[in-house]
Amino acid sequence: MSASNGFSVRRFSPEPGTWGKLTARDSIVRRLDWTLMFSALALSAMGAVLVYSATRNRTELTGGDQYSFLFRHTLNTSIGLTLMVVTIWLGHRTLRGAVPVLYVLSVVLVLAVLSPLGSTLNGAHSWIQLPGGFSLQPSEFTKVTIILVMAMLLAAKVDAGDREHPDHRTVLQSLAIAAVPIAIVLLMPDLGSVMVMAVIVLAVLLASGASNRWIAGILGTGLLGIVLIWQLNILDQYQIDRFAAFANPALDPAGVGYNTNQARIAIGSGQLTGSGLFKGSQTTGQFVPEQQTDFVFTVAGEELGFLGGGLIILLVGVVLWRACRIARGAPELYGTIVAAGVIAWFAFQSFENIGMTLGIMPVTGLPLPFVSYGGTSMFAAWIAIGLLQSIRVQRPISA
Amino acid sequence: MSNIPETGRITRVTIRLVVIQILVFSLLLTLGGRLWYLQIRNGDEYSNQASNNHVQQVVEPAVRGSILDARGVPLADNQTRLVVSASRTELMKMADDGQAVLTRLAEVLDMETKDVTDKVRLCDSKTPQPCWNGSPYQPIPITDEATTQQALQIRERAEDFPGISAEPTAVRRYAAPGDANTAQVLGYLSPVTDEEMKKAEDTESPLLRADQIGRSGLERTYDSQLRGKAGVTRYEVDNLGRVIGKAKSDPAVPGANVVTSIDARLQAIAEKELYKAMKAARKEHDRNTNQNYKADAGAVVVMESKTGRIVSMASNPTYDPNAWVGGISGKDYQRLTGKDSNYPLLNRAIQGQAAPGSIFKVISATAAVNAGYDFDDKYNCSSAFNIGGQVFKNFESKGYGPIDIARALEVSCDTVFYDLAYKQWQKDGGNKPKDKPADHFYKTAHQFGLGEETGIDLPNEVAGRVPDRKWKKDYYEANKDAWCKQAKSKKRDYVTQIARENCAEGMKMRAGDSVNYSIGQGDTLVTPIQMATIYSAISNGGTLYDPSVGKAMVSPDGRHVKEIKPTAHGRLPMRGDTRDKVDKALAGVVTNGSAAWRFGGWPQDKIPMHAKTGTAEVHGKQTTSWFASYTKDYTIVMTISQGGTGSGASGPAVRNIYSALYGVDAKGGIDRKKALLPSPQAKLPKIQKDGTIEAPQIKPPKKTEPVETAPVLAAGERDQRGQRPLVTLDAGRSPVSAPTTATPPLAATGRRDT
Repeated sequence: MSASNGFSVRRFSPEPGTWGKLTARDSIVRRLDWTLMFSALALSAMGAVLVYSATRNRTELTGGDQYSFLFRHTLNTSIGLTLMVVTIWLGHRTLRGAVPVLYVLSVVLVLAVLSPLGSTLNGAHSWIQLPGGFSLQPSEFTKVTIILVMAMLLAAKVDAGDREHPDHRTVLQSLAIAAVPIAIVLLMPDLGSVMVMAVIVLAVLLASGASNRWIAGILGTGLLGIVLIWQLNILDQYQIDRFAAFANPALDPAGVGYNTNQARIAIGSGQLTGSGLFKGSQTTGQFVPEQQTDFVFTVAGEELGFLGGGLIILLVGVVLWRACRIARGAPELYGTIVAAGVIAWFAFQSFENIGMTLGIMPVTGLPLPFVSYGGTSMFAAWIAIGLLQSIRVQRPISA
Repeated sequence: MSNIPETGRITRVTIRLVVIQILVFSLLLTLGGRLWYLQIRNGDEYSNQASNNHVQQVVEPAVRGSILDARGVPLADNQTRLVVSASRTELMKMADDGQAVLTRLAEVLDMETKDVTDKVRLCDSKTPQPCWNGSPYQPIPITDEATTQQALQIRERAEDFPGISAEPTAVRRYAAPGDANTAQVLGYLSPVTDEEMKKAEDTESPLLRADQIGRSGLERTYDSQLRGKAGVTRYEVDNLGRVIGKAKSDPAVPGANVVTSIDARLQAIAEKELYKAMKAARKEHDRNTNQNYKADAGAVVVMESKTGRIVSMASNPTYDPNAWVGGISGKDYQRLTGKDSNYPLLNRAIQGQAAPGSIFKVISATAAVNAGYDFDDKYNCSSAFNIGGQVFKNFESKGYGPIDIARALEVSCDTVFYDLAYKQWQKDGGNKPKDKPADHFYKTAHQFGLGEETGIDLPNEVAGRVPDRKWKKDYYEANKDAWCKQAKSKKRDYVTQIARENCAEGMKMRAGDSVNYSIGQGDTLVTPIQMATIYSAISNGGTLYDPSVGKAMVSPDGRHVKEIKPTAHGRLPMRGDTRDKVDKALAGVVTNGSAAWRFGGWPQDKIPMHAKTGTAEVHGKQTTSWFASYTKDYTIVMTISQGGTGSGASGPAVRNIYSALYGVDAKGGIDRKKALLPSPQAKLPKIQKDGTIEAPQIKPPKKTEPVETAPVLAAGERDQRGQRPLVTLDAGRSPVSAPTTATPPLAATGRRDT
């Protein structure tokens, strides 16, 4: 279905090849976006050091082995890299065919979380405990499948050359398909993930070229939803508390505002160059909760200062910049939509995560992509990088 | 990008991708801006917050410096007591919050378990005393009177008493060496108040909850030097309060020692002589009131004539300053400040004021000379002086006929001064005063330093008063309503008559006022320290020194000695020849004047003595006895309220103090060996290399009757009875509130200036 649009697309055959094949002038290795790769890898590496700093004294977490989290973060990164390679090797067009299967699989997984298989952490029922102390957070994968399934539906007729833009029916279909896992995640309730997914849906629609009325409609529905959620007391008390603390951390510095306040003190005290790695008193004193996961940015802020914190934001910026290039350069609308979805995901999640530690966003349980400790999130992020790379390597080489 | 047209992509998608890109990068910019705001713009503030977050301070109070006498004998120092304290953080780590340990501890200390547990609980709005309101990281004292036995038990069975320590700790002690109580000069300490802590928060020397503050006397004047700087150990703790490291710590800096000019031996004698003189006066019959003299208060000042330094300063009634140590009990506080106490806390040498009587005449004599009268002319010493039908008697002497001013001083002839003052009053316009009256007599009093503080280095000195025209006017304005109201009543008693007179012409300087004033009677008020300053100025040739008790400050290591040099606040308004003549006349008082009968046999040729007696009338009370005297080295001024005449009540005591100073026996022989201080102690005590100050042994005092003190439970007594109130560092344990604001009403010679 790909070659039928009349463009000369040179398709790469992912056969296991020799070194020569790999390094040939137009080989896949040459065409990979290495800037994107190394930026994401740098984030993961920084994450490893920061996670280590945050956990090395927390014996109740590490069970006495201070390198435990460092090791597991590195392992997660390696698995993530492997998943990226697999994704590139399969190629997004191959995956495009498997999207329906992946979608169903992810819906089953999030449903499993709601079943007795799932477990509750920090008020959100969004985990599946696996044997061996591992746990899975299926909503991370759902972000990927929502992007893929919507891209598949929205791009089908356009990439086939049938239409210039997705028609209303297709848009409606794709929205309905996306709504299923989002609704399940909302029931967990994992509000942070729902917010990310909503932003993904919006970005995907934007990139698909869907009519402006749909965009306006989605925005309106989103606003209405927020008003309704607020008015109908759908939120749990802890979620309202988190929001109240974001609005006014001085309200109750010993209770709700404690996290945000301590996070802000940690970051603020870092000043320009930070207190030095492993020398942050806020970090050593464990004043910031969840510091290896959601609040990992505070370690950077305190121990590496403005330079370190700024570097993380810069690296995220590089990743997004490369992703934007890939989105605009993609030969098919499908690739553009997938890249836009990934951009929205990474951008919003990073902004929300760093923003909450800086006190400009309410506290939600979202990890910082690549940096935070957490296997599923790491895997999903690297799969997304794999998708971006495979879109890039399949773009036509300019003549 | 060049590839967009190639892919033939429709512009809508491209535009939207650009929008997404712009949105994404503005989000990142927002993060960067916010990061800058927190870390660069407000970084300092958060840094402070961060360090407060995880640093807990443990305060180790500094050892307060000692107050030493001129030879190094400690008048106030510290005593080591065994203090048993409990570490709350340690106790709270135990499964039962340390209950078992505290129970065992109570057993060893012979205390009730509840008393012990109550002491370590933290104060809050619902918890009644006793409770701990200091830092929970601070060891909490349980008792300060553990026996060595108990301390050993606790230390040897350390495994049974985790978190409990028994450490020797310094506690203030007023040792009264050789019976030199020195109570009012030393002052006392009491715990810091919340207000003071708040006030000192942002200053160079912030106060700590455990601090004691000097409230009076030297303890107050030299408080900041004596207090030193408390040591602070800063522990870094984690969010659960567990210690994870030690931050920058400041070791305690002990306070400086203050060397005074007081001589403990002489101080003891001065106190004893004052007490003896007052007791003797109480056996004398007062013909005016037809009862024995009450002698309810008294003071004596011994000053170095050439420097203004105080060698002794005694005030009676007195008390034991140890009553304050460790927080005064409510009962003791009542005994020291209650209505029936006669206010033993007052230092009557600087806070007691009374009319000076005839010791004022040196001022009148100087005023007369300054007004143009010749010292050596003859003036009529009649037996009485008559102004418009009002008769002013010659109180202390009989009529001597025409005599010079020197003789008038010797025999304390009133009428000579009446006449001089009356003439001056007439010159200034009499009842219709001139625009700018010369007022020689009043001006001279001001020049002598009356009506204002001498500037002694003791707190709350009072100024006395010179009843000049300005004061008259102010006083009239303040009181005329009351006087005129009283004047309207039909009563014919003395008070109403005075009120009537005052209402009619109280604003005027009347002839009678001026005449009375010239012999130190009437509305004039002086303090013993003012008179001592004046008489030592006459002795030293005219310099009015600021009296001083502190002589030097010695750093705890002994390396830095800061001498407190004598300072002066003026010179007597006397020409040299006048001073010589007054000096000679005052010697005459001792040889053939009003004090001669008390100084029979004094070796005047070897130790020339000068004196002036005074007997001041106080309306409604018995006369105040004054005795002012000096040699070339020392000046002694003594006063006894309701004590009788100057020479009668105070003379022998003053002579005894001189005898002790110079080693003079009853017959006038001088035994140099017995002399305590034949010339003032010029040198500071010897300071050893380790900073300790050498102190000579003070002989235990002879078995004489001890000076009676206010009936408080002194430290020794309390020790014996085992009821000594706890010395804890806990200011909140409500020792009676600091009595700095307690203002007793006017005592006979005493007024507390606050």
